[in-house]
Amino acid sequence: MKFLPLAWQNLKRKKLRTFFTVGSIAVAFVLFGYLAAIRVGFSAGIDVTGADRLMVIHKVSIIQPLPISYRDQISRVPGVKEVSYANWFGGIYQDPKNFFAQMAVEPVSYLALYPELILPEAQRKAWLEDKTGAIVGRVTADRFGWKVGDKIPIQATAYRRKGNNPVWEFNLSGIYDGKEKGTDTSTFYFHYDYLNEGMGGNLGFVGWYMIRIADPARAQEVVDRIDNLFANSPAETKTQTEKALAQSFANQVGSIGQIISAILAAVFFTILLVAGNTMAQSVRERTNELAILKTLGFKSGQVMALVLIESCVIAAIGGLLGIGFAWLLIQKGDPTGGTLPVFYFPGKDMVLGVGIALALGIATGFLPALRAMRLRIVDALRRV
Amino acid sequence: MNWLSQIVAVTWLNLRTLWQRRGASAAAAFGVAGVVAVFIAVLSIAEGFKKTLTSNASADTAIVMRSGSDSEMMSGLDRDSTRIIAEAPGVLRASQGPAASAELFVVVDVPKRSTGTDANVPLRGVQSAAFDVRSEVQMIEGRRFAPGKNEVIVGRAAAAEFRGLDLGNHIRWGENEWTVVGIFSANGGLSESEIWCDAGVLQPAYRRGSTFQSVYVKLESAEAFSRFKDTLTPDPRLDVKVVRESEYYEAQSRVITGIINGLGKAIAVLMGIGAIFGALNTMYSAVASRSREIATLRAIGFSAAPVVISVLAESLFLCLLGGIVGAAGAYFAFNGYQTATLNWASFSQVAFAFAVTPKLLVQGIAWALVMGLVGGLFPAIRAARLPVATALREQ
Repeated sequence: MKFLPLAWQNLKRKKLRTFFTVGSIAVAFVLFGYLAAIRVGFSAGIDVTGADRLMVIHKVSIIQPLPISYRDQISRVPGVKEVSYANWFGGIYQDPKNFFAQMAVEPVSYLALYPELILPEAQRKAWLEDKTGAIVGRVTADRFGWKVGDKIPIQATAYRRKGNNPVWEFNLSGIYDGKEKGTDTSTFYFHYDYLNEGMGGNLGFVGWYMIRIADPARAQEVVDRIDNLFANSPAETKTQTEKALAQSFANQVGSIGQIISAILAAVFFTILLVAGNTMAQSVRERTNELAILKTLGFKSGQVMALVLIESCVIAAIGGLLGIGFAWLLIQKGDPTGGTLPVFYFPGKDMVLGVGIALALGIATGFLPALRAMRLRIVDALRRV
Repeated sequence: MNWLSQIVAVTWLNLRTLWQRRGASAAAAFGVAGVVAVFIAVLSIAEGFKKTLTSNASADTAIVMRSGSDSEMMSGLDRDSTRIIAEAPGVLRASQGPAASAELFVVVDVPKRSTGTDANVPLRGVQSAAFDVRSEVQMIEGRRFAPGKNEVIVGRAAAAEFRGLDLGNHIRWGENEWTVVGIFSANGGLSESEIWCDAGVLQPAYRRGSTFQSVYVKLESAEAFSRFKDTLTPDPRLDVKVVRESEYYEAQSRVITGIINGLGKAIAVLMGIGAIFGALNTMYSAVASRSREIATLRAIGFSAAPVVISVLAESLFLCLLGGIVGAAGAYFAFNGYQTATLNWASFSQVAFAFAVTPKLLVQGIAWALVMGLVGGLFPAIRAARLPVATALREQ
């Protein structure tokens, strides 16, 4: 460690060059952070799906409704612990561009199935008691500045009440948070009963069912039982794990996320390459200095360590600055104005980033350091 | 020597000696090329998506839906309403009657070829006038579906993107089996991502009774739109909204183009900063390595301005070079790249190709010049401020 001041002096010699090199490494790591956050945004929620939850949708397509009578039939299937259901509402808040998901659910079973939605007990009670009540996630509440107790008017698109005002009004009973960072807190939930009554009281269908199973290891058996139960009926089902459904949606969004990720990764490594080149060059320029150090009695290994410390210090400062700055930027929200449901910098990617920064320091320092170590004093001094 | 010829002389000297500094110069140009390539590549996704949605959507085609719906999927119209709409003034009269097609829009799960997982593919039930409304639709294989039969025709892009939609195949959706009897093209437009069948067959298959979701109408001219709209909107028998097809699809493309443009621009700015650091490094070393030369010029009577301009010119030249390389690279690598994504507005798949438009190329190269200007300015000022005596004395 006694070389640290010496390495530091070397870095201070060409302050501008050091500054720009550190700067471009930092920019590369800001991109790295964005890359991680975008990947999370595009694969929305696959990582946080519950292993013990299954989704039952219509076999033809998720937009086809399933009869409400399936609820009791499904709950009697062996291996099923809990059943809930949801129906897409698809209304408009003020303007179509203010898109967020709205779903009609049965509150008690829904909250029981999704313990990752954290709702204060008082708000939970208020929601259960108020048939026109609704809860919304933190992201959407912040986006529109809603507070508990607000009246939220939402204009119906598909669910138009006959001869009535097309606007449905909801009392905001609560605002929920996600238990984990990846939990989607953009959705607006309200009572299925309110929807049903508004539509005349015999809607008769729901969008899809979700189920908690007793043993995730035996999920396939439950899947087969449910799908066989409704085989050859007018509304056949397709049951799958929540993760499989989330994955198939991510696949539907398709290669766009992957392409952006691939491009960013390419850029990340390009910037590192350019910065690494500058760092290596600055060592090459000082070849005769290193020879002088050796003349003074420095061992080959010590010279190598000196060069490596220098490159690692640059990489570490740049990397940490970049990762820190990326974290700050990502905290401020996604650059698309709230259309990606989740956008955060996963902890494991931060650790990976630090690892890459160190690897960069070692990789860029290694070749020049090796040369410095093998340097023959006579040759180097003669080369002026 | 006058000022202008000084500038020309010094700049020419700089550019001629560029080769001697090729290592660092190439690194800076390479960085800029990367930034420009990424900027263009990312934004070409948004351009391509928008182009596919809007290329065939014309101002003289109108879409009628139930009022309050923001998409066909959420709309619903009864048979009587669709008849009133077809008879409205302004509708083009084709050979077999008004060019108005009442349609149903649903999605069906079909596996993607690339991943094998199910995707939402749009299935559109149309009336025969649909081919008059969308004259760009041409059969390229097989024939049109026969009215009243469980037959479908498949857009070219859908057939390529999804499994099992080849000519002659039988497909089972729910209780019905369908036969693929034709493949059609639509001039690269949105319809190519869709599957079409007879609306009259789709209604019972999806328990829609006698209802439809939208009416597509070809108008006599783009100007006939207001007359058509003003007749239908206040009609007490109806509860509809009338939009131009071009505006409807423009609005649908906004969510995804918004996401991609937002990401693309944020990334481009960040990367630009990185590339500017690279350019600054290069130009500072260029000035440092030539400080004796610059001092000599100053000593023999060149003023500061030509020196500043020559350094700026060098930086701009490098970045322009990088910009052109990056733009060309993006064009050859990404223009026409086929992919598909979920259009949230219609909850269904859209197949599209990346479009590197001239506008993007110009924007990319302009961004390269901005980087060159910023990256050259500070080193140029330093060059001008070099103390002549000290610089001459350096080794």
